[in-house]
Amino acid sequence: MSIMTKRSTWALPYTIFLLLFVALPLIIIILYAFQDSSGNFSLGNFAKFFTDADAIGTFALSLEVAIENTIICILLGYPAAWILANRKLNRSTITVVLFIMPMWINALMRTLATAELFHVMGIQLGKGTLLVGMVYDYLPFMIYPIYNILNKMDKSYAEAASDLGATPWQVFWKVQVPLSMPGVVSGIMMVFMPTVSTFAISEFLTNNKIKLFGTIIQENINSSMWNYGAALSLVMLIIIGITSLLQDNKKEVNGIV
Amino acid sequence: MEIKDYIIELNNISKSFGDKVILDDVSIKVKKGEFVTILGPSGCGKTTLLRLLAGFGQADKGEIKINGKDYTDIPPHERPVNTVFQRYALFPHLDVYENIAFGLKLQKVPAPEIDKCVRRVLKMVSMTDYEDRDVESLSGGQQQRVAIARAIANQPKVLLLDEPLAALDLKMRKDMQIELKEMHKKLGITFIYVTHDQEEALTLSDTIIVMNEGKIQQIGTPTDIYNEPQNSFVADFIGESNILNGTMVKDKLVEFAGHEFECIDEGFGENTPVDVVVRPEDIYIVRNLESAQFTATVKSCTFKGVHYEMYVDTDKGYELMIQDYNAFAPEQEVGLIIRPADIQVMHKERTCNTFEGEVVDETHVKFLGETFETLPQEEFKHGEEVDIQVDFSKIDLIDHVEEGMLEGDVHFIIYKGDHYHLTILTDNGDHIWVDTTDIWDKGDLVGINIAPADIKIVKRNEHND
Amino acid sequence: MKKFFAQCYIWLLLVVLYAPIVFIGIFSFTESKVLGNWTGFSTKLYTNLFTGDMQGTGSLMSAIENTIIIALIAASVATLLGTIAAIGIHNMRGRGKQAISFLNSIPILNPDIITGVSLFLLFVFLHISQGYVTVVLAHITLCTPYVVLNVLPRLTQMNPNIYEAALDLGATPFQALKKVLLPMLKPGMISGFILAFTMSLDDFAITFFTRGTVGLDTLSTYIYTDARKGGLTPELRPLITLMFVGVLILLIVINIRAMRNAKNNAQ
Repeated sequence: MSIMTKRSTWALPYTIFLLLFVALPLIIIILYAFQDSSGNFSLGNFAKFFTDADAIGTFALSLEVAIENTIICILLGYPAAWILANRKLNRSTITVVLFIMPMWINALMRTLATAELFHVMGIQLGKGTLLVGMVYDYLPFMIYPIYNILNKMDKSYAEAASDLGATPWQVFWKVQVPLSMPGVVSGIMMVFMPTVSTFAISEFLTNNKIKLFGTIIQENINSSMWNYGAALSLVMLIIIGITSLLQDNKKEVNGIV
Repeated sequence: MEIKDYIIELNNISKSFGDKVILDDVSIKVKKGEFVTILGPSGCGKTTLLRLLAGFGQADKGEIKINGKDYTDIPPHERPVNTVFQRYALFPHLDVYENIAFGLKLQKVPAPEIDKCVRRVLKMVSMTDYEDRDVESLSGGQQQRVAIARAIANQPKVLLLDEPLAALDLKMRKDMQIELKEMHKKLGITFIYVTHDQEEALTLSDTIIVMNEGKIQQIGTPTDIYNEPQNSFVADFIGESNILNGTMVKDKLVEFAGHEFECIDEGFGENTPVDVVVRPEDIYIVRNLESAQFTATVKSCTFKGVHYEMYVDTDKGYELMIQDYNAFAPEQEVGLIIRPADIQVMHKERTCNTFEGEVVDETHVKFLGETFETLPQEEFKHGEEVDIQVDFSKIDLIDHVEEGMLEGDVHFIIYKGDHYHLTILTDNGDHIWVDTTDIWDKGDLVGINIAPADIKIVKRNEHND
Repeated sequence: MKKFFAQCYIWLLLVVLYAPIVFIGIFSFTESKVLGNWTGFSTKLYTNLFTGDMQGTGSLMSAIENTIIIALIAASVATLLGTIAAIGIHNMRGRGKQAISFLNSIPILNPDIITGVSLFLLFVFLHISQGYVTVVLAHITLCTPYVVLNVLPRLTQMNPNIYEAALDLGATPFQALKKVLLPMLKPGMISGFILAFTMSLDDFAITFFTRGTVGLDTLSTYIYTDARKGGLTPELRPLITLMFVGVLILLIVINIRAMRNAKNNAQ
């Protein structure tokens, strides 16, 4: 026992690292968010945000785009994942690999390629291209976790349901869909969070015509408006926090490998 | 002189994890070359004891000597003992050869010698030619053999085996038992074997140590343990038995099941409450009612391969289990005879529950962490420390846990012919013993109530501490 | 029939999904500066990429170099730090374990932009001038949690007696670590390293916020600046193509091998 318990001290270096590079930075965000530029306590940053119609508009648009993107990804991705995981409909691993592969490629490169394609095809860059481009970017992140959970799902659930008299349609809706919800939830996490916070991708896809919330944060930070930038980051952090409540805390984050 | 004969001495070992006492003042001496089995139900502390011997963890109190030398604070890698783990614990990244050579390589034994040794131990466990196999490709039985080979390759003075056969199927287990016994003879080293399987213990051991609740219940040869269990726990745990409440009327005369029987035990005093054990094969069952000591009605009869197992209701309403080569049909009236030498009389560990308590006021006392209502009394003052006595049969167990003063679970059950004797473990870790005719299962959650009239307050018995 | 429609759906999605890449791939074999303008087959862009002989461009080469070196350093440090941490966390109990696991999951759950901004503010707050070192530190912050999450399950699945068996057979705690524990954790460490490496390669936002003003570029930031300038450096086309093909081959090989192993084990 003594040898094993001493091992727990091995976590110490990383604990210090986490406190310094994860916990402290978040505290500093909060600190800056509640200060004016001269370092006094202030709610001015938040007042500024909530009274600035432009900022609120961008915020709303970001949420809208993120939600739309997530919904489209579920609608397109769930059937795809279901087909890929179904041995009767798909036997090839190559198709699975093809769907997963974009996750491993630099997102900016993929976005750039998409934007260039729109450009060459003469499609006007705007909200439409923004959405389509985002679906391009994030669809694999929706398909992968759903595929994973469907693929691992014990076949006997479906067999038990049909044994008890469920039609294939009922088996799908009453057994397979509910059981695959954890996959959908991690898919939502993996799609919604990056979309609501992105800045470079939206800039590429709209040729900087449409600003998203991430871009505003980036612009403020880059123009040394640290306190306002921190406040905006905090707003986004709260959105992220709310979304992550969706996921069961005990469950480990679904890795990408 | 004598000390040298003991390869292992454990003196007054105690160990707790948090509030839970795992080992309570355990002392064991093991002679060189013995096959010793530590036997007990799960959670009795036997594995913890073995781990302390191997050096995985430290005792809170006590001393561990191996070969006369103090090893209490020596880390595991410097101890002359090796362990065969329950789930084998073979290194999955090494093949069979490398697993067995692991310890020898650490000792920097020259390669040719390692080679010879590996082949020798592989032969011993009948696994010749398996050197290059991946350990994960082996069956459970084969993995166990490699685990044994790995442990004995280090030439330990003592081999510790932690339920090594538990994961094998019955047939394989029987075969391995025989092989282990032969291996023990060939190697001539001391085996300390931990198991919960009483049959395995009886088959293998020179000496059996029966443990329960962190305490040693009995140490003896298999025959001793079987024929002369020292308490009702041992009697119940080893083999099948009828355990009944009885009274020692006088020397060589005991009363149980409503009748008086001649026995061979002496020195219990007169009219002393005792526990009586009669093995089911020691009750003679006859058709002739006249020649019998008492009569009974057969309730059920099941063929068990060699013998029949029958449950009978005696004339005084006790249920007994009987094993006999002849079958008797249910509802048949039979006569029963028990010979004096087959009656095992044991001291009762306790005749009622005794708790340490404190008087709150005239009608309340506090014990087991709760305040109970009592009948009005003026003998004891507020705050006085007292002993609380409650009869086994006066404790009320209820299904609805939340309606009880205390909560607990059924920890242990002994059937005593006409009632069950339960050990209840409360949430606070206290034991309560209960006699009841209700049927409970091990592990059942129960609520515990005690009526005011059944709580007896007595002066604190100082010298009993 | 059902299968036909299912396959159609799958392949249609794939065709749409891959159209931009294929498009870039095709136009990587022509010299034209403007995308979509075919001026005849040529591998000049590829030669340019490999010889580094292009207009205005030493910077693309150095960006690639930076990306790889930063990813290697970050992934290596993360693997070391994360493995030690995982062993520690595995042997912890109760509150402390929960707290560390929670902190560990933050960089994974947080959007990159928040991690980037928070680290940027940290460095500002501590008056640390930003550059190569801060980028590497930030990447280690991003990568280590993935290593921890890859190594921890190995430890929990491991028979706890294995480590003890090594001690029992005479290994000192250090020998047991080296000869038994680490070899058993190796697969988890490798997948953790690969994941950390790709995370670092892919990162844009965190690098963007922590690179300071010293002109440090990784591939991502290079592309970002390049694209905002309005013209995509033509040599990026072969680079994107090569990376796609490379990853595709890698993944297919890994998957086929995994399938073969599964088949072998089944037999």
